[in-house]
Amino acid sequence: MARLIRTEKEVEGNYTEQWIVVDEDPVAQWPSGPLEIVGRPLARVDGAERARGEAVYTADLQLPGMLHVAVLRSPHAHARVTQLDLARASEAPGVRAVLTPDDLDVLTREPGYPGAAIAAVAADTYDLAAEALELADIEWEVLQPLLDPDEAVQQGSLIDEPERYDRGNVEQGFAEADVVVETEYRTQTVLHNSMETHQSVCQWEGDLLNVYTSTQYIWGVRAETAAKLGLPEDKVRVVCHYMGGGFGAKNHPGEYTFIAAELAKRTGRPVRCALTRREENLTTGNRHATIQRLKVGAKADGTLTALVGDFVMAVGWRGFKSWTAGPMKMLYHCPNVSTVEYGAKVNTGPNAAFRAPGFVEGTFGLECLLDELAAKLEIDPLELRRRNHSDSDLVDDRPYSSKNLIECYRRAEPHWEKRDEVRARSNGPWKHGIGMASQIWFGAGGPPSYAWVRVGSDGRALVVTAMQDIGTGTKTAMAQIAAEELGLPVDRVQVSIGDSARGPYAAISAGSSTTPSMGPAVRAAAHDAARQIIEIAAQRYHKEERVLSLKGGNVVSADGGSWPIEEVTGLLDDAQILGKGARGPNPTGMRVLTFGVQVAEVAVDVETGEVRVDKIVAVHDVGRVINPLGASSQVEGGVIQGLGHTFSEDRLLDPNTGAVLNQTLDAYKMPTIADVPEIVTDLIDVPDEHLTNLGSKGLGEPPIIPTSAAVANAIRDATGADVRSLPISREEMLRALAEAKEKEKTREAPTAV
Amino acid sequence: MSDLIVNGQRYALDAQVGRSLASVLREDIGLIGTKIACNEGHCGACTVLLDGVPTLSCITLVHTVGEREVTTIEGLRDHPLVESFVRADALQCGFCTPGQIVSASALVEANPHPSREEVRHAMAGNICRCGAYPKIEEAVLTWQD
Repeated sequence: MARLIRTEKEVEGNYTEQWIVVDEDPVAQWPSGPLEIVGRPLARVDGAERARGEAVYTADLQLPGMLHVAVLRSPHAHARVTQLDLARASEAPGVRAVLTPDDLDVLTREPGYPGAAIAAVAADTYDLAAEALELADIEWEVLQPLLDPDEAVQQGSLIDEPERYDRGNVEQGFAEADVVVETEYRTQTVLHNSMETHQSVCQWEGDLLNVYTSTQYIWGVRAETAAKLGLPEDKVRVVCHYMGGGFGAKNHPGEYTFIAAELAKRTGRPVRCALTRREENLTTGNRHATIQRLKVGAKADGTLTALVGDFVMAVGWRGFKSWTAGPMKMLYHCPNVSTVEYGAKVNTGPNAAFRAPGFVEGTFGLECLLDELAAKLEIDPLELRRRNHSDSDLVDDRPYSSKNLIECYRRAEPHWEKRDEVRARSNGPWKHGIGMASQIWFGAGGPPSYAWVRVGSDGRALVVTAMQDIGTGTKTAMAQIAAEELGLPVDRVQVSIGDSARGPYAAISAGSSTTPSMGPAVRAAAHDAARQIIEIAAQRYHKEERVLSLKGGNVVSADGGSWPIEEVTGLLDDAQILGKGARGPNPTGMRVLTFGVQVAEVAVDVETGEVRVDKIVAVHDVGRVINPLGASSQVEGGVIQGLGHTFSEDRLLDPNTGAVLNQTLDAYKMPTIADVPEIVTDLIDVPDEHLTNLGSKGLGEPPIIPTSAAVANAIRDATGADVRSLPISREEMLRALAEAKEKEKTREAPTAV
Repeated sequence: MSDLIVNGQRYALDAQVGRSLASVLREDIGLIGTKIACNEGHCGACTVLLDGVPTLSCITLVHTVGEREVTTIEGLRDHPLVESFVRADALQCGFCTPGQIVSASALVEANPHPSREEVRHAMAGNICRCGAYPKIEEAVLTWQD
């Protein structure tokens, strides 16, 4: 029965209280450990069509009569358009419609970052549209850009109010401290660079708008587009069967969707607005740069007494402050914490969520700080973390629904204990070392989310839900969950996703929430269908329902007897069994979080500053694992993105004009296969007994979080150098090595005298 | 008018001078397995074979192809690499995957038993933002299993 409850919804640490209608979820959790299908490795169910090039992504869609859009973008970081005339452009060959800021409010005459959209042209081909834009008559008044985030904060150029957090009394905490460490860390701007660029194809069918789009959130695009266009939500249909990566940048419709919708309306034809790679790297978001001024106080035994953080984030012209103070508030049992976060409004492209926004950056700062403290206290860094382990959440003063961080540490220990052995490998200029860093993050998922399960007379099941699979393998996980519950081989379960008109509401694929949100709904729907199969079987074979279960493709009776499921469903003829399921609420009064630790093994050439990562061990606690194969891929992908963030990725700006200097994939350096170290994945795989009928949390984000800090700490272990800025370029490495040498000298000086 | 030979089929080439091979394959012939991710020869998603040689089709002018045989992912659908990529979970979003498989097919054709280092060298031009690299390496090393 449906009931109305007041519950918390969490996406990436943002809690909102809301009324929701939930169906009772009476389904008990499965026992821990691998089951028949769930918890066992499975190659992804849509792997073949993707590998064979048959999967149709938004980028591949060709609709009859489709027009293509080119967008006129500001070459200036800060400017005013003083004259704009598209008369010549609109008469160019193949041009069907043009848009100016007078036509659409996502276009602007006052660009605040390079790449801001000014005007758009729809033409028969993209080349014709781009050529027409050359004929735009436009004049600019170029204004001085504000680029330095510290300067922006001083000037009061802020995205929103600074966010302050205080717990306990830090003055008292520092007074109690035997040791204080104060340091500044910096992280750079990182670009998402999904392989499929941001794009939409819009097509009107009467008063219904079809939006084919590369998105992480079908239902969010539907709601935002409907709101923008003043349409009822059911008049916007959003389709995304396959999408080529998002990493947080595709949570919203984006200006390209609105441009395509308006031009489709004006021309009566389907319109594609697809960004080029260079546009992608100007306008679709980024992980904003941070400056972190941190201070820690601790007793001689390592007990933390105070943590203070002053965080400045270069958000851009629009966007939001990522939760960079999060790890400092949440990771350790420190009674006195004070943080302030400033979001600098500067003349750079707007930020967007990027795989654990804020926590990647904040963990780099905090976990490097902890290791600097450990060095000063001469305490083993892993032991320091154990001593400050938190048994409950101090931010909201709540118990954790489950936490196995100590177990993560225990499993990391055999790797950590090789430190002496690894250091002994140092040879000539190559110094070897091991470092570690802890991870904390959200990943509970939450309601609402729904699924339907349809079983036909052939004994095959179809799971229907309008979610998206952004490459994380959630479609495969859903097939496994439904197959397990229905007792069917997984090849008799299909999953239909990707269309808001063909299935119920499904959660956003962000915040590590797809599996923990959708999985329980799919299981509940499959349970509903299974119950009906058992009801029919009980009547057909004269058994009590309670002795019947579904297993291995059969209806099995506890008191003997087994019948193929298709024998039961074969009675249906054209009738079908329809199951429905909803995601139940999250546990009230508890904090649902994910945890982990990574250990990095590195070698540093102290003469050239070259750093080589030999190995990353990633141990994470995300509750029950549905598909260990897909999960290990997620972990590897997160670590590899983390390594790009650590060493090579950095959006570079001209310091005078604010122009982005590396918009292309040869200039913006992402990891290749040749850059990848050995990665060992170890997941705790214990269900969270308080969380849903699955006990599964999300895994998309945790593995990227501690990588940079673990590597930086390994560099310190190898060389004694404190790396404090990302990316760890040769310059940063050599600077840190020179500083360490200097420190060594001044330490030796008194004894020399 | 010249022809374009793709996956053993001969097509009349009716394209404006200046168009790329990738755009003709995708838009005119409908072979959408060849992806365009950067459109300037930096990422490998558009890799096809020209007489067996891996080539970036997004920066190859279609009129320069001549009589060379074009092989796209559609011509490699029965290649054991497709199965080994799926088995090893060597893809996540899958957008770069056709290009990865085309590159790998040229490698194993020339060198059926590549070493780990040879795989990493041959595949370094194909970017995968999801970071499926460890599994890609495994898929290419085990392509005959």
